[in-house]
Parts: sequence; structure tokens; C-alpha cells
Amino acid sequence: MKFDEWNGFQKGDWESEINVRDFIQRNYTPYEGDSSFLAGTTEKTERLWNKVLDLYKEEHSSQGSVLDIDTKTISTVSSHDAGYIDKDIEEIVGLQTDSPLKRAIMPFGGIRIVEKSCEAYGKKVDEKVDEIFHKYRKTHNDGVFSAYTPDIRAARSSHLITGLPDGYGRGRIIGDYRRVALYGVDILIEEKKKDLDILNVDEITEEVIRQREEISEQIKALNELKLMASKYGFDIAKPAKNSKEAVQWLYFGYLGAIKDQNGAAMSIGRTSTFLDIYFERDLKNGTLTETQVQEIVDHFVMKLRMVRFLRTPEYNELFSGDPVWVTESIGGMGIDGRTLVTKNSFRILHTLENLGPAPEPNLTVLWSTRLPEGFKKYTTALSIKTSSIQYENDDIMRVHLGDDYGIACCVSPMKIGKQMQFFGARANLAKALLYAINGGRDELSGKQVTPKFQPITSEYLDYDEVMEKFDQMMDYVSKIYIKALNIIHYMHDKYSYEALEMALHDRDVYRTMACGIAGLSVVADSLSAIKYSKVKVIRDETGLATSYEVEGDYPKFGNDDNRVDDIAVYIVKTFINKLRRHQTYRNSVHTLSILTITSNVVYGKSTGCTPDRKTCWISIWAWSKSTSWKRSKWCLSCYEFCCKITF
Amino acid sequence: MENKDLKYYAKVHSVESFGTVDGPGIRFVLFLQGCHLECKYCHNRDTWDINSGSYKSLDEIFDKIMNYKNYIYPNGGVTVTGGEPLLQVKFIYELFNKLKKENIHTCIDTSGMFPLTNDIKKVLSITDLVLLDIKHIDDNKCKQLVGKSNKLELEFAQYLSDNNIDMWIRQVIIPGITDNEEDLLNLKDFISSLNTVKKIELLPYHNMGKFKWERLGLKYELENIRSANSEDIKKAKRVLGIT
Repeated sequence: MKFDEWNGFQKGDWESEINVRDFIQRNYTPYEGDSSFLAGTTEKTERLWNKVLDLYKEEHSSQGSVLDIDTKTISTVSSHDAGYIDKDIEEIVGLQTDSPLKRAIMPFGGIRIVEKSCEAYGKKVDEKVDEIFHKYRKTHNDGVFSAYTPDIRAARSSHLITGLPDGYGRGRIIGDYRRVALYGVDILIEEKKKDLDILNVDEITEEVIRQREEISEQIKALNELKLMASKYGFDIAKPAKNSKEAVQWLYFGYLGAIKDQNGAAMSIGRTSTFLDIYFERDLKNGTLTETQVQEIVDHFVMKLRMVRFLRTPEYNELFSGDPVWVTESIGGMGIDGRTLVTKNSFRILHTLENLGPAPEPNLTVLWSTRLPEGFKKYTTALSIKTSSIQYENDDIMRVHLGDDYGIACCVSPMKIGKQMQFFGARANLAKALLYAINGGRDELSGKQVTPKFQPITSEYLDYDEVMEKFDQMMDYVSKIYIKALNIIHYMHDKYSYEALEMALHDRDVYRTMACGIAGLSVVADSLSAIKYSKVKVIRDETGLATSYEVEGDYPKFGNDDNRVDDIAVYIVKTFINKLRRHQTYRNSVHTLSILTITSNVVYGKSTGCTPDRKTCWISIWAWSKSTSWKRSKWCLSCYEFCCKITF
Repeated sequence: MENKDLKYYAKVHSVESFGTVDGPGIRFVLFLQGCHLECKYCHNRDTWDINSGSYKSLDEIFDKIMNYKNYIYPNGGVTVTGGEPLLQVKFIYELFNKLKKENIHTCIDTSGMFPLTNDIKKVLSITDLVLLDIKHIDDNKCKQLVGKSNKLELEFAQYLSDNNIDMWIRQVIIPGITDNEEDLLNLKDFISSLNTVKKIELLPYHNMGKFKWERLGLKYELENIRSANSEDIKKAKRVLGIT
């Protein structure tokens, strides 16, 4: 491949294959200096941002803080006409619909959720759309429920497994949007056609059929992407020729994804150092000044702040707000020892000063002890000023994932363009523990949710007996959990396939089945109470254990006390091993997350008293890490627990 | 005291695993029990009585610190405070010896109101930084405020300076008590006579420690003194010529 647009770049493998990392490594300029080079806002930026702020105000005063909904147009990569905030002064263009902050409908995940959302904000889905999705077109949600088994349904409605992406988009996939800028769409299509050719094999197995169909979908999506860009007057068939185009092309790639999918996290990847290469080239050849570069970055970030999805009030409750998780991973170190911090790492963070603090995009610094001092000083000072930066440990993740990974959502790292995650929400192990005590009857409803196990009948709980039964219950939960996830992701691929995002991936991706635990600290404390003090069971007239009394004190999780932390470690290890016994959809690799910030509020409400006596009286904060955090004597003891579990 | 070898056991009030205000970086802060002063503004009144607190062994404390080495090394370290840590000087010597073998930064937060015994000199020889709290530069006012003359602490400061040991001078700014302009100018003169002062920290007086006095059934004498605000600090800084 050879393009004039690549003039001035160092040659390498990236020219003959899709290889963004190689391009970055050969061309980027590490920056070890301080923040003094940064530029403030331009008059244009001020004007544009003020318009956005006015739109925010208008949005905030609308019903349910939803400004408007396009209830007619089924959102796809190219569905809507061009939309602008103020066409004349926008450096970077492109909106999800034809008007700023107007939300789109994406019914492929499920029509009912779209209807419910519209109704919640005083709108009604267009009849035609309703007809299509009720009569002719099956959705992800329909697919899942046509395959769910009765035991999954029971576990789901009792919140034993919970927050599952069976009615909303799974998200957690990061397209390599940089590819659009570096290669242009035509080359990407050519490469996908080559993949199809590779898959023209003698044995047409189910797997090959699926992959061929998916790649065809990907090619279709890439063509749609070109169409969408053309509505804004851009031809993105060829590579971007300068910085502004690079940002614009890349953003179009991302915009296509968020027009196509309302995912639970729509992260953007690791783009700032990539873009720095273009900025450096233009600064060197004198076509841009630092002020102009910052202006482009500011306008780009404004767009990322304006991403909106149509969601139900229940969804917002589950996720404590309406997060998009436009996570941008910044900095980190290269495996050759050079820092991946560039001037543009500073610039994207500097938007927090130019435009003010904001939760989106979710600016995430990949922290290493070896980051340049100037960058460390800048980010930490900015954190103090804005509280808007997330930090994650590059020194740990780089070992496993190399130096071109990005964070999806808040804590899911993946190699960009090479890896994806099947988001798996959580198993509520606190409830599983209560079921172990109650023989599978729900402590709130009294219903038999799991097959009948022998309940514990003694007045005081015996640690060994509880552990034996809990182990059996974890067997059951892990089975149901993987069954549910396999169905969900099968159907998501079938009815709501992320064609554009996957078009920006390699042909063969590494897939993880991202399971999670809710209530780990509650379980650890409960088992600690049973082991180190006396726990008396309070039962109702049907023999159902509904409450507990603790006599004496016991070691509590989150205080760097191995007596209880070891219990927690044991549970995590045991549970992941139980999950591993079950085959996963597309041979995805089991992972287990114990970070359960997002949804514990909801789970706490749907779980009864636990033997640590915490959830009975603290309705919300008794759950999750934040609990142990709050009652932790030493802040570091919480961090230290994380060190006891391997990454 | 019980029959403990005070080289290997310390009377501990509490620990803080993530201290960020007592010395540079992230610090493991060890609060030792017991103090020989009677500062009226003390916000840790519960650390005075040498008979309360609990014994912890050197190994136990050292192991705890080493658990957190990733956080406190290399930019932070360990700060021993109190109470008055130098009351347990033999223990500190043993602890610092072990910490120095791990290259961990050592710091003592003290009033310096001690005669310079050999034990103390030994500890200071392996102390990277002393946070020296000048109680009051005026000797008479000092006696009233903390019950002791400032003579020893000024000598202590001189010793640090002469022996090339870094110090941060701390001065609690108590409105109407320690912020008199003349006193501050004297303090400034004294500080400029020292060679190893790396930083001057003005700590605004607050009454958040009052409840600890009340809980112990004691009268809080500074009842009518207000907390220092940012204006007080600004003013004091101007007089001292620091930013």
C-alpha cells in the first residue's frame, strides 16, 4: 500500500498489513516535559461550548432530562441526516441524530425496552417501527427469552444472577477507530474481503458460516460508514491526510458505533498518542499552531461529551446515572521502555481545564511508576482540581496485554482491535450464601428458586456445614450463570451484532466471558462471623431463615486481616474454577471481576439479611467495596486485598 | 510499665497506613503512646497517658510496614509521631535500623524538648527528616502554652543543623497566641540561623480535638480561641517571608 497521505511517516509493517501499533511505535514522539506548552481556548471554542452548555440546560429541564427522541428512525450507522451544533464553527462534526442531544431508538436489542423508554419521557414509538419489530423482525431480547430455561428465569427473577445484558446492549467492545484514520475505509474493506477469501474453505462448518456472514455484515457496515461521512461532506475512503482529518475520520468511526449500538459501555480506546503523530507532523510542517491543535482536541472532546443513549429510568437506577463510558486510555509505558505519553496525552486531559470538569469522556490514565515526572505532576494536580481522572495500573496490565490495550467501561482491559469481551454482569453470591442456608429458598419471597437442597436447621451456624452447602450452591450458580450468558451472547451476535465495531477488529479475536461477583465483602464478612463468632439463625414459621444474630466480634473484610481476607480469596478462586468447568459460547475465556461498583445499590435491595447483619440495616452502602472502604480502619488495607488476588 | 524489652516493643496509640500530611509522599504513620508535654491545643489528648495504648512488637510493626512498601517507597516513607515518639527512643532506633536496610525514608515528628542523650543522637543519625514542632519562640509564652521551656527544643534544632540533618519547622498558628508579629519575626530570625531547614509548615489551629478532652472528662482550656483561617495563615506567611 502506498498513499501520499502517509508522506513523512516512518515506513514499517503497518504499510503492508493492518497494524496500528506498529505505526505508533515507529512514528510517535514521547514527551517528557511539563504542561507549559498547553494552549487555552479559542474564541470559536468558547462560542461553541457555550452553545453546548445552553443545550445541556435545556436538556436538564426537559422531562427525565431527555431533550428529544427521534421515535421514527431506526438507528443504524447511516440512518440519520447530518446534524450540527453550529456548522460554521465546528472543527469536528457529526452527531448521533440530526440534532444535538436528540436520542435515537435502537430496537435491535429489544423493542419493549425502547417503547418503555419512550413512554418514560412522554413519547411514543412510531407505529411503523412498532409493527416492524413486533411482526417481522426478531430482537436480541426476543431471542434470549425464547431460549432461556425455567431455572435461568427463576434465578434471574430472584436476582441470584442479575444485571444481565439480556434486554440492553452488552457494549464493552472497542472498535479500533484509529484504523479509519490511518487506512481509510476502502483498505479496511479490501482486508475484510481477503478474510472472506481465507474463509472460503472446503469444510463449511457452522463456525465458518457464522464468520463469513459476520464479515459480510462488517463490510456492509464499513460501506455505511462511508455513506454516513458523505452526508457530512467527507470522503473517508482514503486515509486522513492531516490532523484535522485524522480526528474527524477517527470520530466518524466511533460515531458509527454509537449510532449502531446502545451498549452498556461504548469506550473509544487509546487514541490520543496515535493522534499526536498527526499533530506533530502538522506542527512540524507549520500547517497548525498549538492553539489550533488544542482547538481540534477541545471540539473532539465536546462531541464525546454529547453522546446520548435512550435508556429507561430503571437502567439509570441500575447504573446510578446514565453513563456512556466513553473511556479514553491515556499514557502508559511501551514495552521497549519508552513512555507512551505524548503532548496529546496532556492536551486531552487539558480539556478538563478548557471546558471544565466532566464525567465523560472517561479519561483514564494508565499509570506506571515510570511515567515522566512532568506528566505525573500534571495529572495529579488536575485530579485535585477536577476529580475527573481515573487511574489504572499499567505496570500490571502491560505484562499481560502489551502496550496497545485500552480500557472498556471502567475496568475491562483489552488489546485494541484484537480482543473483545462478552459482558457478563454479576452473580449475587451473597444471595447464594443465603440460599445455601435455606436450601435454595429465597429469603425474601420464600419461593424455591434452585432445586431443593437440604437446608441448615441448627440454631447456630456451623462454619464447615455452611461452607459445604455454599460450595454446592456455588456449583449450581456457576452452571446457571454460564448457561444464561451463553444464550445471551449467542443471541446478541445473532440479532444485534456489532458489525461496525467488529469491522475494526482483526478476523480472529480473543474473546473473554466476563463474569462478575456481587456481594463479595458481604459473603466474606458473613463467613467470618460464622467462623469467628456465634451466629444465631432467626427463622419464620415456615422454617425460612430470615435474619441472624451475631454474638461477639469477628474480623471484617477490608482491614488487611488475613483471617477474613483469605476467605474472600478462597471464594473468588473457588468460584472462577467452578465457572471454568462450564463450556462457554465461542470458547471465550472465563474471567471474574470482583469490582462491583455499579450495581450494588440495586442488588442490596433485592437481598435479605445476611449473617454479618450488615444488609439488614444499611440498605445501600452496606454493599460492595465501598462498604468495606467506609468501615475500613486503614485505607491501604482495602488496596492490599486486591494484591492478594492475581490479575 | 509491664515487663517488656523496650527495644523490641512499643506502646502504640494507632497507625495510619496512608498518611499524606506528615512528611513527603505517602507515609506509614506510627502514633506512639505517651507525651511529657501538656500542650493546651493538643488535638490528640488521648495520646498523653503512657499507661494506655497497647504493646506492639517490633516485628509486628515492621511486617505491617513492609506489607505497604509498594505504596511508601521510594517517594514516601515512615513517620513516627505521637504522643512524643522520642519517649520510646530505643524502639525507634531498632525500627529505623531495619527500615534503613530496606532504603525506606525515616522521619520523626517531635517537639525536640529533650536533652540530647546518646540514644537520641543515635536515632537522629539514621533519621532522614525531623518534623520539628516549635511550640513557641517566646520562652515565657511557651511555658504557659505547653508547660515547658523552649530551651531544649531550640538546642535540638541547633543540633540538627550542626549535624546536617534535614528538618521541617512546624508552627501551629493559634490566633492571639502564636501569631504575634514580633514572635513570628523572632521565629524567622531563629530559622534563618539554621542550615538544614527544608520547609516551614504553618499548621492552622483547629478545635477538632476538643471532643477527645471531653471524652476523657477534661476541661478544654482553649474554649474561647477560634480556629485559624486562611487569612491568619496568609498573614503569618507574609511575616515569615514564605509562600
